[in-house]
Formats: sequence, C-alpha cells, structure tokens
Amino acid sequence: MNKKQLERWSPALLLLAIIVIWEVIIRVFGVSEFIFPSPSRIWEQTMQHKAIILSHAWRTFWVTMAGFGIAIVVGVLLGFLIGSSRLAYAAVYPLMTAFNALPKAAFVPILVVWFGIGVGPAVLTAFLISFFPIMVNIATGLATLEPELEDVLRVLGAKRWDVLTKVGLPRSMPYFFGSLKVSITLAFVGTTVSEMTASNEGIGYLLISAGSSMQMGLAFSGLLVVGAMAMAMYELFSYIEKHTTGWAHRSTQRGG
Amino acid sequence: MPVASAPAAASDDAFVDFENVWLAYNDELLASNTFAVEDINLKIKQGEFIAIVGPSGCGKSTFMKLTTGLKMPSKGTVHIDGQPVTGPLKISGMAFQAPSLLPWRSTLDNVLLPLEIVEPFRSQFKDRRKEFEERANNLLTSVGLGGLGSKFPWELSGGMQQRASICRALIHEPKMLLLDEPFAALDAFTREELWCILRDLWEAQRFNVILVTHDLRESVFLADTVYCMSRSPGRFVVKRDIPIPRTRDLEVTYSREFTDIVHELRGRIGAMRKAGMDLVQ
Ligand SMILES: Nc1ncnc2c1ncn2[C@@H]1O[C@H](COP(=O)(O)OP(=O)(O)O)[C@@H](O)[C@H]1O
Ligand SMILES: [Mg+2]
Repeated sequence: MNKKQLERWSPALLLLAIIVIWEVIIRVFGVSEFIFPSPSRIWEQTMQHKAIILSHAWRTFWVTMAGFGIAIVVGVLLGFLIGSSRLAYAAVYPLMTAFNALPKAAFVPILVVWFGIGVGPAVLTAFLISFFPIMVNIATGLATLEPELEDVLRVLGAKRWDVLTKVGLPRSMPYFFGSLKVSITLAFVGTTVSEMTASNEGIGYLLISAGSSMQMGLAFSGLLVVGAMAMAMYELFSYIEKHTTGWAHRSTQRGG
Repeated sequence: MPVASAPAAASDDAFVDFENVWLAYNDELLASNTFAVEDINLKIKQGEFIAIVGPSGCGKSTFMKLTTGLKMPSKGTVHIDGQPVTGPLKISGMAFQAPSLLPWRSTLDNVLLPLEIVEPFRSQFKDRRKEFEERANNLLTSVGLGGLGSKFPWELSGGMQQRASICRALIHEPKMLLLDEPFAALDAFTREELWCILRDLWEAQRFNVILVTHDLRESVFLADTVYCMSRSPGRFVVKRDIPIPRTRDLEVTYSREFTDIVHELRGRIGAMRKAGMDLVQ
C-alpha cells in the first residue's frame, strides 16, 4: 500500500482501530452494558430495533432537510441583502452576530409554546442554527470585490445589479457551497436537540427514551445513526462543491 | 505659473483638457485643505500616448479616476473630447497591475465582459454574439493569444493574463486606454515583450493612452510625452516630449538619445525629491 492510498483509507482504518480498542477494553475490564455498551452490543441492539430506529431516523432526516431548506432560502436572501448594501450590512450584521451567539437550544421551550410539541420546533431549531453560516458566506463573497475590477466595470457604466450578478454571485458560489456542508451538520444538531425535549418522534426522542429506560445500546445506535446521516450529507455537499466550482480550487492551486 | 482665467472654450484641439483641477477625496479632507492632486493643468492631443511617472501616493491613480469620470474634481474642470465630464466615461478602457480576470470565465468570456455591460453592445449581445466573439478572438490573436480563448485565466502565465486584461480594456473600442502600472508585476523579458505589443496596438488604432509607470525606460520607450508628478502636493512638475521617431524598436533603448533622456528625467526627479526632503526637514 503506497502513501497516497494509506492517506485515503486512514479515516476508515482509524475508525476500525477505535472500535477494536473499545471492544477490547469493555471485555477486558468487564464494563457493564448499562454504563458503556461495547460496539458489538450496540450493533446487536441496532439490528434488533432496526424498524424503530429507521422510522425515527427518517423523521429526523426530513425535519432536518426542511429546516435546512428554509435556512438556505433565508440565508441566501439575507446574505444577498447585507452583501449588496453597506447600510444593510451595518444595520444587520451586529444584530446577527449577537443572535448567533445565543444557544439555539434555549429557543426550544419558546417554540413549543408557539407551535406545540412536534415538527414545528424541530424544523425551526434546525433552521435557526444553520442559516448563519450560509448568510455570512454569501455576504462575504458578494462584498469582496477588488477595487480595480470595480473601476473597470464602473467606468463602463455598470449598475450595482450588473456587478452583483456578473461578479458577486459567481464569486460567492464557492463560499456558498462551502457553507452548506457546515450548515447541514449544524441542522442535524438543531433537530436532535429540539426532539429531545419537544417531540415524540425522531432520533432525539429515541435518545431520551432509551436513556430513561437504561437501554444504552439503543441510545448509542441513535447517536450512530445521526452521525452517519450528518456525515453522508456533508460528503454529498462537499462533492457538489467540488464539481460545481472547480475554478475556485484550481485557481488557488496555481497560486500565481 | 499663474494661469490667466482663460475661458473654457480655448481648448479646441485637446482631447483631454484639465483646467486648474484639484481633488480632495472627501469633505473632511476638503475642509482641511488636503488635496490628493493639486492644480492640474494638462492638455493631451487626440491619439497622444502619454506616460506619468512619480513616487507612490503622489496621485497618479487619482488622476486616472478624474480622467475617466470615476471622481469629480473638487475644483476646476475636466473636458474630454470637448465635453465636460459628468460621470463615468465609457469611452475609456482600464487595466491595472493585477489582471483581475474572473476565474470562472474562459479568457474569451473575460474579454467579452465589457460588451455585456456597455451600451449599445449590451442590448445587441445575444444577437451579435458570434460577431463579438470573432472580434475578441482577433484581438486576442493580435496580442499573441490566438487560440487560447477557451483557456481559463488560471491556465495562463502572468504575462498572458495581463495581455488578456488589456484585450478586455480594448474590446469595446474605447477612445482612451488607461493603464495603471500594468507591467509592474512582470519579469523584465515579459515586460519588454508587452511594451512592443502595446506599441503595435496603439500604432494600429491610435487611441489615446495614459500609462502610469514607475519605470522611466518604459515611459520613454512608449510615450510621446512623459509627465512627472511630485508628492504632497500631488502636482505635475515636469513635462518632457520624447522626440524619438516612430516606430520605435527595442534596439532604440540602447541608443545614446534614449539613455540621455532617461538620465535627464532621472536627474530632474532626483532634484525634485531632494527639494521635497529639504522642505520636510
Ligand atoms: N479613496 C481614497 N480616500 C482618501 N484618500 C485617498 C483615496 N485614494 C487615494 N487617496 C490618497 O490620495 C493620494 C494619492 O493616491 P493615489 O492616487 O492612489 O496615488 P498613486 O496612484 O500615485 O500611488 C494618497 O495620499 C492617498 O492616500
Ligand atoms: Mg496607484
């Protein structure tokens, strides 16, 4: 196996190593399943409760995608607004930063009052937690215009709109796709956190109910499933990013 | 020199005409009498190639902005082609030290960009696209980039990118080409190659060129007239006609006449700097 292949497979190898060490430690020290289940036990339980886990996972998945969808729309619009107007930037940005500093889990009780237990709070928590990176990245892409290029265009009589559509938006695309892969993982966090207190379905709910009935294996398989979904979506968006805005990677590769 | 209050009409044959132009970048600077450029009086003939040299921060780029109408003078008037300047002048094309091509567009599409923006081409762009592409390809060929239109900017060398950038500045057939230190980032060989390319473009089309440069040899080789600016205040202090006959060949840069002019300019700038230093002390 050469160096490149080793690098490529290193995450899988590391994961395998962790699982093996984990299993060994649990067995050697005889740790109780109710404290910390072994990987083999988690796997058994996952298989045993396959149907239930799958239905909760599906719920978490579509709720997350709904919240993420709203986050894309709102994030792009707000990002466009504050990236294209200095006044809007000056007005909105500080407030947004302050908002972003709030723990989104703290919104869940309020959302429950407004929307009741169920889909509403989960979708909105996923949205609240994930739109910020999208907004910031769109705004950054739009706002960074070299002064020389601006002169070249302005002297031709380019309107703001021309500059935005011909330069700003294409330029912000790599930032946009880059933010999607970060945002989607955040959205899963939002959904799960919200489901833990404000839902009777979804992986978050499964985690809480498994925990309270001491089914540690089930709780761990819940974690496993959210992790797998978030990672799969991350990889998907990272693939899309690479294949839509290749110029951004190649032009930096050259580096002058 | 005290300029008698001559009426604006006096400048019939000047293409670019600056009369007592002062510029402060904002109201605060104006209130404190801090001007980026001061008392510019300058007439440039139609089709003339001028070069401006001077230390950084003396106001060369500011002069470009005034000429293209990107900035309005705080005092005085600028006429271009007989008309007072009131806003951005689309009869000008600009290129800078950084080629600033858009990396997601092919070289050809980069060159075509101005036609998507400036009227009357803008509204005809869809219908006449083939014709415009041919024009862009011809222009690219004339600067030695024939057949490279489909390449992306990052696939080109720095010198090639700068050529494409000059093509972009010329695609809408401007009457005035403004180049702000366009060759400063290139190596000496590439730079001299581009001098010749610029010379050939200019000799073929005879647009006005305003070239800002730090390189005295460059200015003397290319320009009809070289102006030197001083810093604080940003003023035009030297005007030197370059009588070397056209077409100038690179060989000319080793001639006695050429080096004498370069020396003379260097001497005058040195004297000016020394005077400036004395003033500061
Ligand atoms: N946008 C601006 N706002 C305020 N001052 C400026 C601005 N641009 C340039 N200046 C000032 O004007 C002077 C001339 O600048 P510039 O024309 O860029 O010089 P050069 O191109 O010769 O290096 C400098 O003192 C600079 O600080
Ligand atoms: Mg400058």
